[in-house]
Amino acid sequence: MELYQLTAHQLHEKLVNKEVTAREITESIYNRIEAVEKDVKAYITLTKEDALKQADKVDEKIANGEEIAPLAGIPIAIKDNMSTEGVKTTCASQILHNYKPPYDATVIKKLVAEDYIMVGKTNMDEFAMGSSTENSGFSKTANPWDLTRVPGGSSGGSAAAVAAGEAIISLGSDTGGSIRQPAAFCGVVGLKPTYGLVSRYGLVAFASSLDQIGPFSKDITDCAIALNYIAGHDEFDSTSANREVPDYTASLNQDIAGMKIGVPSEYFGDGIDQEVKDAVWAAIKKLEELGAEYEEVSLPHTDYALSAYYLIAPAEASSNLARYDGVRYGLRSEEAKGLVEMYKNTRQEGFGDEVKRRIMLGTYALSSGYYDAYYKKAQKVRTLVKQDFDKAFEKYDVLISPTTPTTSFKAGAKKDPLEMYLSDICTIPINLAGIPALSMPCGLDSNGLPIGLQIMGNHFGEEKILQVAHAFEQATDFHKKQASL
Amino acid sequence: MKINKETVEKVAHLARLEVSEDEKELFAHQLSDILDHAEKLNELDTEDIAPTAHALPIQNVFRKDEVRASLDREAVLANAPQKDEGMFKVPQIVD
Repeated sequence: MELYQLTAHQLHEKLVNKEVTAREITESIYNRIEAVEKDVKAYITLTKEDALKQADKVDEKIANGEEIAPLAGIPIAIKDNMSTEGVKTTCASQILHNYKPPYDATVIKKLVAEDYIMVGKTNMDEFAMGSSTENSGFSKTANPWDLTRVPGGSSGGSAAAVAAGEAIISLGSDTGGSIRQPAAFCGVVGLKPTYGLVSRYGLVAFASSLDQIGPFSKDITDCAIALNYIAGHDEFDSTSANREVPDYTASLNQDIAGMKIGVPSEYFGDGIDQEVKDAVWAAIKKLEELGAEYEEVSLPHTDYALSAYYLIAPAEASSNLARYDGVRYGLRSEEAKGLVEMYKNTRQEGFGDEVKRRIMLGTYALSSGYYDAYYKKAQKVRTLVKQDFDKAFEKYDVLISPTTPTTSFKAGAKKDPLEMYLSDICTIPINLAGIPALSMPCGLDSNGLPIGLQIMGNHFGEEKILQVAHAFEQATDFHKKQASL
Repeated sequence: MKINKETVEKVAHLARLEVSEDEKELFAHQLSDILDHAEKLNELDTEDIAPTAHALPIQNVFRKDEVRASLDREAVLANAPQKDEGMFKVPQIVD
């Protein structure tokens, strides 16, 4: 096994035992990048020079006999919508092609405090709007399992980087499935934490009431470790939850006997591929073997979630993206007379089609005369979707479903926006309710592509999710399968 | 079609977007499709349902009103497309 193939907890042990140095780990990652990045294109920016300096600092600490944090010396990739001081943060948009934030996002500050190593900034759908990373304003990322297919999106670069061995862990953001769907497509673990658990300060806003940062990793233990270091209250994010953060690794080895699993029948409908359904059901049976009990349950408003989401998220986006006006940062159109024309030309040149589409949809849904019919109606339906979950969690510890209706699709296969939106039907309701959910591999389909299992928990129910996920992982071998790149 | 070319023009102006003739046609068609799909929401009676703007019950987060250090002006202006004497510079606003 090469170093880049290992997990953070394995590498930490090797660092502490002085079997390897942080520099060797970091060099292994960049050698891997050298070999595969031309095909995968997971990154927008690489920060090799700083990474090696940071690695030497960690090695010095170890040499001096200092204790190091679990993520110290671990190469981590960051989605390019998280602010990194002095390092380009583009959101994969031409409108921010040259933007270097003057400050770090809270999650970055936390990782810096742990002596993590930033490998680079990963590719994504522009402003996190998309499900395939084909909407990037720079380049398209490929799925490491099959380079003709998409890695999912919008955090496609972060998922592909971990799957291809170009990072040990990565951070993504999830507004309607943007961590879980690419995790499923790339055969890695991806967690969207409870809304409010991880600070959004410094995360470039898409839809503020739905956005949440979370980790990608190769296994559940790494996911729990990463969550330990990014979770927690932040006074710079007024929507951040003010509560104790537990040690998420503590619940991992606990028995799942007697745990109650709900299986929402709406997530196994006609639109879901049979191979995906079979793999998820096999996983549920495996959990039953391990002592959990399951029961089918109905979440009757599931079918309405997608429509509600595609009014709420664009509405919030249209407001959030008003700040890109060519005045304070990023692109400014040179060919304009007067201020309004400068705004319009800048936004025309800087935004891609999907971003424009969503800004217009959101502007329309919020405009006078349509607000009640669209935006307010969608918010009321959001209440109903949330109530479905509240009710289910009175009875069940976790809910289990597929993460995506199909495995990864071919690049260029979904040209119609609405068709692309439908690939998020299993993940969107979770964001509307604000609950946490994790995707992990549970098999391969007949094309050899990974299938994602989605485990949902109640608000702040991350420990139970991780407990079930870990039990499943330990009883199966799916997480050991790696893309043959 | 819910959205015609004129509506696209109006919305694009509200959103400060410039759209070409081709885009007007395309967006009218695509936005209509998405809004048609959204019609599904009207199957639900939501008369007595309160809207949810936010998934967690957090309200009125206050802090002490005290002066703290802010970002360095030069660092903030470093990203400005045009600047002048410590300020952002914009095209002429008033004729």
